[in-house]
Amino acid sequence: MSGIAKRKLSNSVAMGISVLCAAIGLGLLFLILYDVVRHGLSSFGWTLFAKDPAPPGMAGGGLRSAILGQILLTAAALLAGVPTGVLAGTFLSEYGRSLKLSKIISAVSDMAVSIPSIVTGAFVYAILVKPFGGFNGWAGAAALAIIVLPVIVRTTESMTSMVPWSLREAAFALGAPYHRVIVGVVWRAAAGGIFTGVLLAAARAAGETAPLLFTSFNSGHFSLNMSRPVPSLTVTIYQYAASPYESWVALAWGAALAVTAAVLLLNVTGRVMIGLKQRR
Amino acid sequence: MSLDHRLNFVFKALTFVAALSILGIVMGILIVILMESIPALDRFGVLGFLGGRDWNYSKEIYGALRPLVGTAISTGIALLVAVPLSLGTAVFLTEICPHRLRGAIGAAIELLAAIPSIIYGMWGLFVLAPFLDEHFQPLAGKVLGSVPLIGGFFLTRSAGGVNLFTASLVLAVMIIPFITSIARDAFSQVPDVLKESSYALGATRWETVKKVISASAATAVGGGVIIAMGRALGETMAVAYVIGNRHAGLDSLFSPYTTITSVIANEFNEAGGIQLSSLFTLALVLFIANFVALGIGRRLVKGKYQ
Repeated sequence: MSGIAKRKLSNSVAMGISVLCAAIGLGLLFLILYDVVRHGLSSFGWTLFAKDPAPPGMAGGGLRSAILGQILLTAAALLAGVPTGVLAGTFLSEYGRSLKLSKIISAVSDMAVSIPSIVTGAFVYAILVKPFGGFNGWAGAAALAIIVLPVIVRTTESMTSMVPWSLREAAFALGAPYHRVIVGVVWRAAAGGIFTGVLLAAARAAGETAPLLFTSFNSGHFSLNMSRPVPSLTVTIYQYAASPYESWVALAWGAALAVTAAVLLLNVTGRVMIGLKQRR
Repeated sequence: MSLDHRLNFVFKALTFVAALSILGIVMGILIVILMESIPALDRFGVLGFLGGRDWNYSKEIYGALRPLVGTAISTGIALLVAVPLSLGTAVFLTEICPHRLRGAIGAAIELLAAIPSIIYGMWGLFVLAPFLDEHFQPLAGKVLGSVPLIGGFFLTRSAGGVNLFTASLVLAVMIIPFITSIARDAFSQVPDVLKESSYALGATRWETVKKVISASAATAVGGGVIIAMGRALGETMAVAYVIGNRHAGLDSLFSPYTTITSVIANEFNEAGGIQLSSLFTLALVLFIANFVALGIGRRLVKGKYQ
């Protein structure tokens, strides 16, 4: 074979392999989604949302308490994490933008995004479960808030620092004090981006299992009392999927479909919002 | 001081306190986990704990060696599988794929990263594990089982597909999107002039990828791989189901084993005393390993282009 033919051949082979790699990646995504939908649909119905789990071994039952619990935990986490994160991100890009400390905090929160969530769970267990004598919803919400916080800080910082400085100067020139410039101009300009960050953070929190395992744990009874164990979809999946009862495994698939759908929906919404913004 | 001045001061103080809270939380995690680890570290010593083979409930002796080995092997196999797949996908996305489809396909692969890890775990347990058990393990045993010295590591010794290898593959699937997106960003930041010069010299696409793009993007891709490694080290729920959590010598890749995260997830809630402290020590090891990996990886990814 001539040199050129050889080079062309190796080029085709390499490019073929690369296409194959992408096909495998995409294929895996569809395969996982297909399996979750296929198994999940069989237990999807109004009972899934309206009833509580049946006793072990008995057919039927639903995940009402787990769904409400999951929403409660995620909402509480966002309620604590979003304001703190937005304020912190604002400090980094506004008041503290030239401080060395801000660079450190920014780098630390970037790394905090990737702290293994099971470590966060163990930490919250030590400070909010052990001293109070039992699993409780507050601890679960706190663990999720710790996971949400650095995500919000990072998005707020990058979104607010993308607001052109001339906008701030225009407001300063009108005599506005800095805090009003931030609230009225910077936040307003960055609101869409920050909201997208909140959506992505909510998706992250709603899919977490490990940090809830040692904190809010689970409860078979309908309970939304935050000072007691609060059931969640993810922990329910963890416990039910590995159980020997067929009805529980079916419920776990139903829960898996609900969680995956919610998380992907939040993600896609966030991405579409980013896309729309870039197009404008 | 006018009202506006005072309000501005209060607002500034609020943002400052919020910013400090992040440092407080991260330091708090480190300090609290360190404190909880002290009983175990006191009893076994740092090296005694890290090098200890036993994980014995009745004798109350706990050593991290097996979970450490399990985490190292599963992460290693995951990288071995995921890195080539991800790089191939990144080459496809930046060099081959028609422009109109790039965004959509890239986003679809990034969605893989958004799927909660418990879902990967469940998929691994119900779909991947039985599949490997039935179709892949017998083949691996037949082909590699009789190789001297290492052949035993490819023999199936327990049924069901719940083992170290399955866990590694689930991890591999999970980190593909991370490596892909970092590699794609690194490839697409290679200046067009460089690629065009290569094509002008008559290089094929593959030669350009191999000699020009990879030379220019290597550091950032290396950083991405290290970040993905950190992610794989700390991944819990995807592994906890399919690893089997067995504290025994490693006799085969197709045997149940244990990792740092799976021991913590499986035993934390039933543990007390020195066992709980040992689990906290494992969490500490994980926290530190993850921070180190992330620190190095971030530096490599950012270094070149900023």
